[in-house]
Amino acid sequence: MKRLLFILPIIAFAGLAVFLGIGLTKDPKELPSQLIDRPLPEFALPGIVEQPGSGPPELNGFASASFRGEPRLLNIWASWCAACPQEHPVLERIASEGFPVYGIAWKDKPADSRAWLARYGNPYAGVAADEQGRTAIDLGVTGVPETFIVDKKGRVRFKQIGPISPEVWEGQIKPLLQQLRAEA
Amino acid sequence: MLAEIGHFALILALLVAAAQAVLPMLGAGRGDAALMAFGRSAAGLQALLITIAFAALMTLFGQADFSVALVANHSALSQPLPYRLAATWGNHEGSMLLWVLVLALYGAGIARFGDNLRATLQARVLSVQAMISVAFLAFALFTSNPFARLSPAPLDGAELNPLLQDPGLVFHPPLLYLGYVGFSVTFSFAVAALMEGRADPAWARWMRPWVLAAWVPLTCGITLGSFWAYYELGWGGWWFWDPVENASFMPWLLGTALLHSAIVTEKRGALAGWTILLAILAFSLSLIGTFLVRSGILTSVHAFAVDPERGVFILAMIIGATGTALALFALRAPQMKSGALFGSISRESGLTINNLILMALTAVVFLGTFYPVIMEAVNPANKISVGPPYYNLVFAPLSVPLLLLVTVGPMLAWKRDDAGTVGKKLLLPAVLASALFAVLALWLGLDKAASAFGLALGAWLILGGGQVLVRRWWGAGGFSWRLVRTTPAATLGLALAHAGIGVTTAGISAMSGFAAEKILVMRPGETAQAGPLAVTMVGVEEVAGANYRALRAHFVTRQGGSDGKLVSERRLYTVSGNQTTEAGIGVAIAGNQYVAIGDVQSDARGQGLVVRIYWHPLVGWIWFGGLMMAMGGAASLSDRRFRIGAPQVRSRLAPNMVPAE
Repeated sequence: MKRLLFILPIIAFAGLAVFLGIGLTKDPKELPSQLIDRPLPEFALPGIVEQPGSGPPELNGFASASFRGEPRLLNIWASWCAACPQEHPVLERIASEGFPVYGIAWKDKPADSRAWLARYGNPYAGVAADEQGRTAIDLGVTGVPETFIVDKKGRVRFKQIGPISPEVWEGQIKPLLQQLRAEA
Repeated sequence: MLAEIGHFALILALLVAAAQAVLPMLGAGRGDAALMAFGRSAAGLQALLITIAFAALMTLFGQADFSVALVANHSALSQPLPYRLAATWGNHEGSMLLWVLVLALYGAGIARFGDNLRATLQARVLSVQAMISVAFLAFALFTSNPFARLSPAPLDGAELNPLLQDPGLVFHPPLLYLGYVGFSVTFSFAVAALMEGRADPAWARWMRPWVLAAWVPLTCGITLGSFWAYYELGWGGWWFWDPVENASFMPWLLGTALLHSAIVTEKRGALAGWTILLAILAFSLSLIGTFLVRSGILTSVHAFAVDPERGVFILAMIIGATGTALALFALRAPQMKSGALFGSISRESGLTINNLILMALTAVVFLGTFYPVIMEAVNPANKISVGPPYYNLVFAPLSVPLLLLVTVGPMLAWKRDDAGTVGKKLLLPAVLASALFAVLALWLGLDKAASAFGLALGAWLILGGGQVLVRRWWGAGGFSWRLVRTTPAATLGLALAHAGIGVTTAGISAMSGFAAEKILVMRPGETAQAGPLAVTMVGVEEVAGANYRALRAHFVTRQGGSDGKLVSERRLYTVSGNQTTEAGIGVAIAGNQYVAIGDVQSDARGQGLVVRIYWHPLVGWIWFGGLMMAMGGAASLSDRRFRIGAPQVRSRLAPNMVPAE
């Protein structure tokens, strides 16, 4: 029994080494999301303004019900997220190309979210706060940033883990959105 | 010519290291004093050769010899000389050379200052140290040769990133390396002890100065890094739980645990297996952290795929070092004597709890750091950050019991103690800290109770450090100067380091509870308030600098009845097109006032400048506390008791001393 205790470190390390080894050789591939082709989970989230109803309407939150009639992007971000500033210019570009982006600030204080948007600019057509992270659990969020593409009927069609790079936008997401727009 | 000399010296160093890895080990096994003595000479020679190589590279950078590829890629004529010299280690190849240099210097240190070491132990430590050297020298020579030539040579080189041209960054990497590589010595000590099947108090006593020698520069390096991030990156934070920061923090946490468990092994012969494990893990985490995460060597695990040769080499090295050491541990450690028994309330049990909590904290940081890195290894598109919410949630509750214990620990007696005696010794600090907590909680309101608790915790630690000295200076006959004069440096170091934790804790608590910020669009004449700080924009002007144009804004600050002036600039470097912000920072003991301007923007009342205003209470205490910890460690290292012989007399190697092998 005591002997086992001394073998434990090498076993744990072997596990880590094997995992790192596999990680290095593995082909890059998408992590599948359980939500693909299923309706967006229902939520109605408050905004990030100081008093509900005050401030610009786009900062006053939104509900899952608003994802109807037009394909939209749902972006999960946070002011404490290191990769989000990197993604931000791409989001601005997406918005300027006429595709509405909705943002959920995950586990973030509304004041911090506001400061972040004031600093970098607001690319979002709607911003909501998920301070407790309940909605993120329903969405199966593993980290920030993540982006869901939701079609006209409110179904999730694609999930991007990590920041959207200009290449991903041009090569994958934009064609998909154009195709979704054409769908009946 | 110089490049060839450096290259040649490095090749010779590899050969010397290879011999040093084998011969002293053989000598220790056979009891051959000549072979063991070879280890000492070889360690010195190896250090000399690598110093020559490093000096050659530095001179090449100084002369701006662009026929050397590395110099051409990482420096330029327009760079000031100090930054050109610093560029020697501001890149992958050069930093590898610095790494092997530090490694060899520590090796030479063991040879030079190890006179009182058991000869077989010294020989084995030097051999293990040389094995690490061989791996790194081979890595440097075969995959990242710093002396590779470039033909034709360009007229001027490519410059270093301007952001990195900063005094903080000149000293930051060497300090961290001294720390990381310093743990190679304790690693070698641990492996040598496992080979000998013996980790006694004498072994711990020999190893402990080396733990300190690594811990002190690492503490300085982390403190400096945090300070640099605060004032250069200017986003108002001092710690971001960034993988690079965590890579240095994990060896620090384990090093701190090792520092304390080695005391138990030294004084009481207990926890030997645990000390060995910590010594192995501290170096392993230095390796894993530096190589998998640190940019400059490898940007991230992702880079493995870009250069498979390097990646495989590094992974093989990590597996070789850590795997072998842990296998030896599994094989040998169970047979080693487990040492003295101790009561449930005793110095030993206190230090054991300290170790367990530090280990848990390391695990928390490890999980947070490697989850995203591993996810990214699985899929390069997965750039996920595990953010401060995770660390705040898990790290803070775990560290509070540890911090409470820090003051209790030094008051505990070895072997056995009882709660009553300890309580009496801690009565005064406990009463004062509780009173402070009560006053602060009432004054600040209950919603700030957590911050009040943090500040009181800081006071508890500072008072605890003071109490160590009070108990030392006031003997049975009251205060005496004789007792002050004869206080061992290690006791002063303990008091200083523990009080330093308190100072840092107070700084962190004030920052997390009372920092205020305001981001808004301002026009001249307007006033904004951030917490207790009122800032008025007086005027804006356009100025021209040597190689930039700038918008300069003047501010008047008012806080608690005293006025001040701050200036912030937004610079546009005309050649590179880089924009930088020069923040105006008003520094004081009570806290920093911070004003920085951004772009021109419009709000409801028209056009103005985006202004960020921060009030950062006690923020300087965070780094001052870090400095105190490092000074405490240095004081402890200077204790003369380390230099006089260990409790076991060194014996000429008699045949009956040959360990079973």
